[in-house]
Amino acid sequence: MPRWGMVIDLDRCTGCAACEVACKSENNVATASPDQAAMGRAISWMKVMTEVHGEFPDNRLRFVPRPCMHCDNPPCVKVCPVAATYISPEGIVGQIYPRCIGCRYCANACPYTVKYFNWYEPTWPASERAHLNPDVSVRPKGVIEKCTFCHHRLQKAREDARAEGRELRESDYQPACAEVCPTQAIVFGDLDNVRHRVNELRHDPRAMRLMEDLGTAPKVYYLTPRQ
Amino acid sequence: MGPAAAARFRALPQDARTLLAPLVETTWRFYLAAALLGAITLWGVVAYVLQFRFGLGRTGLNQPEYWGIYIIDFVFFIGISHAGTLISAILRISKAEWRRSITRSAEFITVLVIGFGAIQPIIDLGRPDRLLNVFTNAQLRSPLLWDVISIGLYFAASTIYLYLPMLPDLAIIRDAGIKAPRFYRFLAAGYGDTPDQRARLERVIGVLAIVVIPIAVSVHTVIGWIFAMTLRPMWHSTIFGPYFVMGAIYSGIAALLIAMVVLRRVYGLHDYFRPIHFDYMGRLLLLFSLLWFYFTVAEYLTAFYGAEPAEMRTFWAKVWGPFAVPFWTMVLCCFVVPLGLMWRKATRTPRGTLVASVAVVIGMWLERFNIVVPTSVNPRFEFEAAARYFPSWVELSILAATFSGFILLYMVATKFFPIISIWEMREGREASVREVSERVAGYLPPEPAAAD
Repeated sequence: MPRWGMVIDLDRCTGCAACEVACKSENNVATASPDQAAMGRAISWMKVMTEVHGEFPDNRLRFVPRPCMHCDNPPCVKVCPVAATYISPEGIVGQIYPRCIGCRYCANACPYTVKYFNWYEPTWPASERAHLNPDVSVRPKGVIEKCTFCHHRLQKAREDARAEGRELRESDYQPACAEVCPTQAIVFGDLDNVRHRVNELRHDPRAMRLMEDLGTAPKVYYLTPRQ
Repeated sequence: MGPAAAARFRALPQDARTLLAPLVETTWRFYLAAALLGAITLWGVVAYVLQFRFGLGRTGLNQPEYWGIYIIDFVFFIGISHAGTLISAILRISKAEWRRSITRSAEFITVLVIGFGAIQPIIDLGRPDRLLNVFTNAQLRSPLLWDVISIGLYFAASTIYLYLPMLPDLAIIRDAGIKAPRFYRFLAAGYGDTPDQRARLERVIGVLAIVVIPIAVSVHTVIGWIFAMTLRPMWHSTIFGPYFVMGAIYSGIAALLIAMVVLRRVYGLHDYFRPIHFDYMGRLLLLFSLLWFYFTVAEYLTAFYGAEPAEMRTFWAKVWGPFAVPFWTMVLCCFVVPLGLMWRKATRTPRGTLVASVAVVIGMWLERFNIVVPTSVNPRFEFEAAARYFPSWVELSILAATFSGFILLYMVATKFFPIISIWEMREGREASVREVSERVAGYLPPEPAAAD
């Protein structure tokens, strides 16, 4: 069985945030109004974190794109009182929107702060409303949502492969962020499959995972900058 | 009250007449206070309706400040509810005779406040309409489920523990026929105070007093575990279970003392809540202020000495950062003020204990604030921008409504039930004085025979 994961090369990331934009339009993420965003309520399943080094004018910026880590041992799944957040046999951590009671315990339990809450009914500008992705359910108010590695794409890729009577290929299933990254900093695939690039890259000496010491066993790896 | 009932009321013995007086006469001050508290409570209901209609966006919560006033109130009010049952049970088991006038008012606090505490996490839900999912999709791995179970059990046990020791009093009201005869006939459940019934009742109360203690301890332990089971800095700590239980009893004693001072004043119960009661309860408060200090030092020193960067961000935010004011006010209210007042007998008076208790109640609310908010706004993932939290008027209205709703309910309860146990006072006069002297005699070696 595949174990889906991601390797993000921080040397290649330019901080362009195309992954953020692609994720939002792929997954029907609501648009927060400026005052809601200022309150810290904007939703961004994939978020490019910025770290500033040095004193002006000798600044250096470092970018860290942060999706859900899809931990093999996810702290959010354990604490959910109604089993609305779950881990699939292939290791994808998902959220069942119609079951979630909105207690936000999972959001507090996540050490990576990747779970988002719908404080209001989600809204979009009228021009965008017509272009919502029909493959992804729109969330109601009062529930938690999160990055799903675009698992609706996996479902579609599986069906296509079955219809064509062949095995699932690495290129068949790519989340929107990996697909759109202009510098190919985001690589996605089956971590356990030796024919997939992620398998090779995660054994790179530069590979590390966020807060590995917590024992959450994330499936998102980072290749640290060379210098 | 009709003239016949008034005559029957006058025929009652002195104790019963004093203690049942609030049931038959109500002053305009009571109605005024009730109207005021009722208005505040209704205001809170309006605020909640708005939040229900538009979503939790009406609060000041955000990411990563997911939990705020409601969760603080949840921990705080369930803590207050430890006053009654626990204190009353311990005093009963330890045969502390001075308990007789205190236990009923304490047990009422427990039963009436627990609902106001338990409703807070429901107010905090994004989808209160899906509340029943907690039962239909119950996931026992979640500490929230442990909470549902232990609070449910505690509510049931403490309601029984309030009701059963009240049976003889309900029978007294029924027999006196001074008020709502059908209501009291139903509640008294045919209790006739025969020696057999009395013996059985006392046996059941004795068993319940023991059973209720582990349940009460489990309730606040599990609430502490909700936080401690996560990997959040300054939450992930083994001390949280016992620390929460200790804090709960502490705030419970303070709430009970406030209730005693107020009841004594408004119902003229000076002969029942005597200076000795405030002296003894003040000593309990003193003990718990010292325990509070010990637990707090243990918690903070452990975090500080280990000096993990993630823990230290929260630590400094509390001790010297944006939360320094609530933190040091908490230390002042939970330690300095009660210790300063309660260590001297001269200030263990009704007035002194009132000041100390108000300080403790404020301090313990702040402690819950200092647990929930500073950790929430300082997530482990350091890239996250520092968050802020300002409660909205909706949250503050619901906070005010919770306080006023509880006080209102307590006031109304004193109009239907004697807030001091009549039969236990009578038993104290008739039997206990003799029993206690016999017990003390039993501690001593037999009297030497007359000098030979």
